[in-house]
Amino acid sequence: MSEHAHATTSYYVPPPSRWPIVGSCALLAIASGFVLLLAKVAAGPWVMALGAAILVYMLVGWFGSVIRENQAGLLEGQVDTSFRWGMVWFIFSEVMFFAGFFGALFYARNFAVPALGEAEMLWPGYAGTWPTTGPGITDPFTPMAAWGIPAVNTLILLSSGATVTWAHWGLQKGERGQIKLGLVLTIGLGLLFLGLQIHEYAEAPFTLKSGIYGATFYMLTGFHGLHVTLGVIMLTVITGRVFAGHFSAARHFGFAAVSWYWHFVDVVWLMLFVVVYWL
Amino acid sequence: MDIALAPHAHDEHPHGLMRWLTTTNHKDIGTLYLWFSLSMFLFAGALAMVIRAELFQPGLQLVDPMQFNRLTSMHGLIMIFGAIMPAFVGFANWQVPLMIGAPDMAFPRLNNWSFWLLPVAATLLLASFFVPGGALAAGWTMYPPLFIQGGIAYDMTILAVHVLGLSSIMGAINIITTILNLRAPGMTLMKMPLFVWTWLITAYLLVAVMPVLASVITMLLTDRHFGTHFFNAAGGGDPVMFQHIFWFFGHPEVYIMILPAFGIISTIIPTFARKKLFGYTSMVYAVASIALLSFIVWAHHMFTTGMPVAGQLFFMYSTMLIAIPTGVKVFNWVATIWRGSITFETPMLFAITVVCLFTIGGFSGLVLALVPVDIQLQDTYYVVAHFHYVLFSGAAMSIMGGVYYWLPKWTGHRYDETLGKWHFWLTTIAFNLTFFPMHFLGLAGMPRRIPDYALQFADFNMIASLGGFVLGAAQLLFVYVVVKCIRGGEPAGERPWDGADTLEWTLPSPPPYHSFTTPPKID
Repeated sequence: MSEHAHATTSYYVPPPSRWPIVGSCALLAIASGFVLLLAKVAAGPWVMALGAAILVYMLVGWFGSVIRENQAGLLEGQVDTSFRWGMVWFIFSEVMFFAGFFGALFYARNFAVPALGEAEMLWPGYAGTWPTTGPGITDPFTPMAAWGIPAVNTLILLSSGATVTWAHWGLQKGERGQIKLGLVLTIGLGLLFLGLQIHEYAEAPFTLKSGIYGATFYMLTGFHGLHVTLGVIMLTVITGRVFAGHFSAARHFGFAAVSWYWHFVDVVWLMLFVVVYWL
Repeated sequence: MDIALAPHAHDEHPHGLMRWLTTTNHKDIGTLYLWFSLSMFLFAGALAMVIRAELFQPGLQLVDPMQFNRLTSMHGLIMIFGAIMPAFVGFANWQVPLMIGAPDMAFPRLNNWSFWLLPVAATLLLASFFVPGGALAAGWTMYPPLFIQGGIAYDMTILAVHVLGLSSIMGAINIITTILNLRAPGMTLMKMPLFVWTWLITAYLLVAVMPVLASVITMLLTDRHFGTHFFNAAGGGDPVMFQHIFWFFGHPEVYIMILPAFGIISTIIPTFARKKLFGYTSMVYAVASIALLSFIVWAHHMFTTGMPVAGQLFFMYSTMLIAIPTGVKVFNWVATIWRGSITFETPMLFAITVVCLFTIGGFSGLVLALVPVDIQLQDTYYVVAHFHYVLFSGAAMSIMGGVYYWLPKWTGHRYDETLGKWHFWLTTIAFNLTFFPMHFLGLAGMPRRIPDYALQFADFNMIASLGGFVLGAAQLLFVYVVVKCIRGGEPAGERPWDGADTLEWTLPSPPPYHSFTTPPKID
């Protein structure tokens, strides 16, 4: 009993933990393996896989202890507020990561490509208009049309934003059935989105190597797709927690964090749809 | 590890190596950061010694040009990411919870990871010296197309910088959350010590720009290996685009390395002038203005790469605007000293010197902001002189001053004042001997990053090299003073500086393992 009283009156400082150093070992293995892979050493992928396995072990262990601490009531009040601030600033850092790639697209379209069009000495006859694979790559190419799969994907992601919010309302009203259905629908829509993206990639009439258009297209949509994948994994974890009886109307930071993340992924997609596919 | 251990069980911590590997204590982690920073400072300093030895005389003596490029590139990269940034995070770890009356950092385990990612990055960078082709030789700024053409070490550098960025972002989120959420009751934002304010704003800059660096070095990686054309004109890309995105990170990065130094100076000067900091509110607004302006000045690093005149004018004037909040800070420091009861212990000597020498660095920065002048001075030793006045006599000497200031609190012992002053004078004189002549060299046209030079530059280079060797040797004295202080000395008591009034001085020296288990009340 006294432990719980302690937990609610003072800030919970966790005991020494081995998870961070395990995570560092994982990242060292992943990075070294990747370097070996790029240097075409056969062991590279295996070292990377080992690192990834250690990373998964670390994530499961670390998040596992946080969830157990949370269920024991150690992470309430001020600690809960810290977690919320932490997630907000993490999402801000993610926004800035995407801003770098959006910035590259903006610069290429508005400055680099038009300037190449004006450089008559270098590439006579190059128009310098968007979309382009650049003056040096002459293979014919068709840009991705906005009003096919991408538009459907926009609807899918927007709907998934609605279903996760509907699940959140269920949580606030204490209706467990609505939470579960809302989350399962969200995961389903997320998977559908990913499936359509994979289909789009498979059918795409250009590759990563198709000049600046291919580079910006695949890097932006690819990193977005990775974030959707991560979001689906996070949604799956909290769905499991809902089935295990976690979260209440008053206390559900894990749920809130994942839904913020999902909305962030949604907003990035909207910007992608407008500036990568449409305009 | 398990919550079955109960909340109080962790007052007992493991001993030996496991204490440091698994610690969740902000003081332990701060100590780790500071030792890491010191070791990287000595390593990157050793690289600089070889640079100065090579430049002692004209001609090629010690290293071949490729090796020289490796030395300058790695010196810059390691000093920035390995020495200066971790030192300030070490200060933040030790001081922020103590100064705001918090029990620890907001995310203690994440804090541990932020530190233990640094050795991962250091391993990659140090190992890169031994791979085929040798370490990074394309400059710490990693400009394509040269960077694209490098060997395995360049991939290792990219991944190391990714890991460093991860560490910085997590560290910054931790610091922001700690400051926003863990202040003692009654400590409003405008009652926070200025050091805490500078770190809040620095952490904001880190979260805003480290991800941008991550994105641009990812583009480098895919250009190198996966056939993208971000920085290749044949594919519609542009190498200058790299510079734009890089410096969008790079200029705020400069302030990431100087704002915490401002915080340390703003703590030391009032203590030894025995007066309150003059113009506290204006200091806070000045720091915030510097941070915001840092986002709209990046292209002053690339005036020679070509841009419209309107762009040159915009970036010139926005850069010069920064002089205004910076001037506010310098005048406030001077006004704090004015008519104070001043004593000149080692931290105060460092602080006053930083104010003077940083101002020189600021002025040479203003000179470089002028487009026509910058076009003449781009890539000369004038630029090298400028950023060493800012980064060595601004950032590094603030770190040294801060170490002397807080060592009694951290160790419980007073440091050796005589040796401290020796270190100060040797450092200050040798620093000026090394870097002041570089202004003349640059104005006379000596290019940077070149291992050989024309005969007329010989005298100043010899002076700079001699100064450099003394400067390097003086830092060994610093290590000796620090180690001596840790091992023993006159007991410091709670408050060895009678003019100090922040919260850490209300605790015993060294502070207990858990500092404020019940938050102090601030009125």
